[in-house]
Amino acid sequence: MHNLTPFSALIGGVLIGLASSLLLIASGRIAGVSGIFGYLLVGKPGDRAWRAAFLLGLLATGLLFTWFQPSAIGASPRSLGALALAGLLVGIGTRLGNGCTSGHGVCGISRGSPRSLLATITFVGTGMLTVALVRLLGGAA
Amino acid sequence: MKRETIEMLLSGAAGVLFGVGLVVGGMTQAEKVLGFLDIFGAWDASLVFVMAGAIGVHAIAYWWIRGRTAPLFAASFVIPQRRDIDAKLLAGAALFGVGWGLSGFCPGPAIVSLGSGSIAVGIFVVSMLLGGVATMKLEAFLNARHSGAARE
Repeated sequence: MHNLTPFSALIGGVLIGLASSLLLIASGRIAGVSGIFGYLLVGKPGDRAWRAAFLLGLLATGLLFTWFQPSAIGASPRSLGALALAGLLVGIGTRLGNGCTSGHGVCGISRGSPRSLLATITFVGTGMLTVALVRLLGGAA
Repeated sequence: MKRETIEMLLSGAAGVLFGVGLVVGGMTQAEKVLGFLDIFGAWDASLVFVMAGAIGVHAIAYWWIRGRTAPLFAASFVIPQRRDIDAKLLAGAALFGVGWGLSGFCPGPAIVSLGSGSIAVGIFVVSMLLGGVATMKLEAFLNARHSGAARE
């Protein structure tokens, strides 16, 4: 476990928790990125401003780090084809399952949702299986 | 300042804070995320600490709002209420996990990573957009047909 970074991971998690709490207490909304993104594109007009603002916040953070600390964002080792397929699966799966790591993993579990707990166990499980399979088929993890 | 404006600004602030949390937590390092999913290899358990920190803090917010009827700057809470487990949930989660394991990206970190200008991330996000929109449209269509048929 030589790459373990428990302290920065914990702090990062606390910040994510604070951000999600801010969104909940201020706007009454779940900080589930797949849903925020999905309903920005396919949702009702009056419901878009806060979504766009949140996503722009994410994007702005990425821009800031790219300028000041580019190593903060690490590329995926996978091919463009794999990324295209992966994106498709993430898009379909998160809408079908109504959530992702933030929506189910953080927000859902935080309010004790059995749906979210099971969803999280499931996607972590298939995620691990997928990495194991890629490893088995010769790709590096 | 209008309530809607405050809501929008605070949502933007939440997005920035969320993004910083993702970066500090290592979630925007696809290799690190894959390391968490690599249980048969050099397992990096860091993501467990990210989740623990996030849930530990966010659970408090849910406790805090339990007596409230409305959030501070919007008309009502919009919190999912379903408790049932269905095939869609499990199938969706399963598919999402595969995509996550194939890339090391999930939605939040992918959008943050767009800020790097990477074409690879762009391809992932566009695909995610297409897959997501197609699914939502299909669901809406099927729901409409179902309620139409039920009326007959």
